[in-house]
Amino acid sequence: MTEAAGFGRAFIFGDNIDTDLLAPGHLMKLSPEELAQHCLEAIAPDFAKAVQPGDFVVAGKNFGLGSSREQAAVSLRQLGVGAVIAPSFARIFYRNALNLGLPALFCEDAHRIAEGDQLMVDPVLGKITNKTRGEILSCKPIPDHLMAMVRAGGLIAHLHARRGT
Amino acid sequence: MSEASRPQTVSSGQTLAQKLLARASGSDFVAPGDIVVVQVDLAMAHDSSGPRRWKPHLEALGASLWDPSRVVIVSDHYVPAVDAESAAILKLTRDFAQEQKIGHFFDMEGICHAILPQKGLLRPGIFVAGGDSHTPHAGAFGCYAAGFGATDMLGIVVTGQTWTIVPETIRVELTGSFKRYVSAKDVMLLLCRELGMDNAFKAIEYGGPGVAAMSMEERMVLSNMAAELGGEVGLIAADEVTLAHISAHGGKVSAVDLAWQPDPDAAYERIVTINLSELEPQIAIPHSPANSFPIGHATGAPIDQAYIGACVGAKLEDLHMAAQILRGQRVAQGVRLLVAPASSQVTADAAADGTLSVLLAAGATLLPSGCGACAGMGAGLLAAGETCISTTNRNFKGRMGHSEAFVYLGSPYTVAASAIAGCISNPRVHAADLAGLA
Repeated sequence: MTEAAGFGRAFIFGDNIDTDLLAPGHLMKLSPEELAQHCLEAIAPDFAKAVQPGDFVVAGKNFGLGSSREQAAVSLRQLGVGAVIAPSFARIFYRNALNLGLPALFCEDAHRIAEGDQLMVDPVLGKITNKTRGEILSCKPIPDHLMAMVRAGGLIAHLHARRGT
Repeated sequence: MSEASRPQTVSSGQTLAQKLLARASGSDFVAPGDIVVVQVDLAMAHDSSGPRRWKPHLEALGASLWDPSRVVIVSDHYVPAVDAESAAILKLTRDFAQEQKIGHFFDMEGICHAILPQKGLLRPGIFVAGGDSHTPHAGAFGCYAAGFGATDMLGIVVTGQTWTIVPETIRVELTGSFKRYVSAKDVMLLLCRELGMDNAFKAIEYGGPGVAAMSMEERMVLSNMAAELGGEVGLIAADEVTLAHISAHGGKVSAVDLAWQPDPDAAYERIVTINLSELEPQIAIPHSPANSFPIGHATGAPIDQAYIGACVGAKLEDLHMAAQILRGQRVAQGVRLLVAPASSQVTADAAADGTLSVLLAAGATLLPSGCGACAGMGAGLLAAGETCISTTNRNFKGRMGHSEAFVYLGSPYTVAASAIAGCISNPRVHAADLAGLA
């Protein structure tokens, strides 16, 4: 395991989780902290309360489709989600997630993970250890230099760290 | 729809996406999968994703804009202000545009995607980076126009550059010609079903005689909803129609702009062909544009609201389509018809040519130009249990108000016919019934 590895529970969602579910448009004037409390509430009313820092969102294909709004990724970060694991991501969401310090992991076998499974996830090695099922799944690794930015909290935090501002 | 896969030979032919990214990255040739750093020609953002997100970071980083003359800012999401928060967002945007000497700032003139072509700011071949997911709209002009989040856009307005992965291209070939009361929106609802919405990191390229015969406003619908397919861009090679539109709107063009064409032997990931002559009106049912069907699947479903709005569905020609159906008719009792033209220029043009009076006589309520209810921010939102048919491009759960509201997507013809009937209605059947009565 590398230093990027994290441990947490899996919260399971289906295909095509869109940005209106992640960050509803009519609530976008709320602060990031308040908006995050409404993340995914239309399909999982208890998610924002139940999820703990380090837990993982595991979903079906095309996660994050829809708007370019970064609040979709910001809300998951606010709630402390350790990574989103899915077989495919919408393009803008994927770029936003890494830019905002949220690992997004391509995993063809995401459907093998069940609600509440205990996972150990290492984005640099591309390895997901399902402790509940005693199974190891692979995901597309995120290169170490990119994970350095993700770990710093995203692109802007990374720039500050490099510039000492 | 039919499909063919072209044999993968050692063809050196390039797709339009490859050619545009080779230009933007200063290379002779790029191949799908290459990661390229590109020079941005035009950077566009709006009041929601732009200055209010950039300003604190620019100040903290001590950074300035790479070239304010190449930055376009459009206030279209929180317009007009309805409370102190939205007023503050609009004021911040206005102040930022002035302080930073932004080259092109449009305050409450309409939706950013409608504004770019209306102001003659697009030109074939250029790379347009936009802080909005429907930026592919500008691909109708042969530009490489892609959407980005606010952090990517911050990097772009500071450096003038970004990176992308050269996409594989899906070629959509349109043949034949539309039946009456069928339009580009119906093509896109069909494609959302057939291609799905999971085409991230791919380019969509439209062509064929069906595209050549389309007006620029109809081509914009194809490019705009490439976003719903998940595509990075929705490209249409420029022709004389493109250049005429740019010139008519004060843009600069020359014959060399027609050079941006895909090669005849370009290697596509897939090629799909749609015969427009066989296409019927389509409808997307809640809660996804990919839940689309020929309209007969949903006719008769009662509606509370009919909405004509958004970048994709409230251009002048969209209002013309609605007026063709609504002329001399009245909206059904208990149904509200809301019209939010894509720009104030569209409102003025529709007033000048008589379209607006047709819509108002039918009982329409005119709303301000902006993203409005489509973005879940402006007038026209829905209560729990309400149903709306809309000319917009997305019907995700909770997008237009309450998460227990229901949104159907259709063409302006379909929305207008449904407003009169009080339920989802096929505009071709509606028109035939009227002709029978006459």
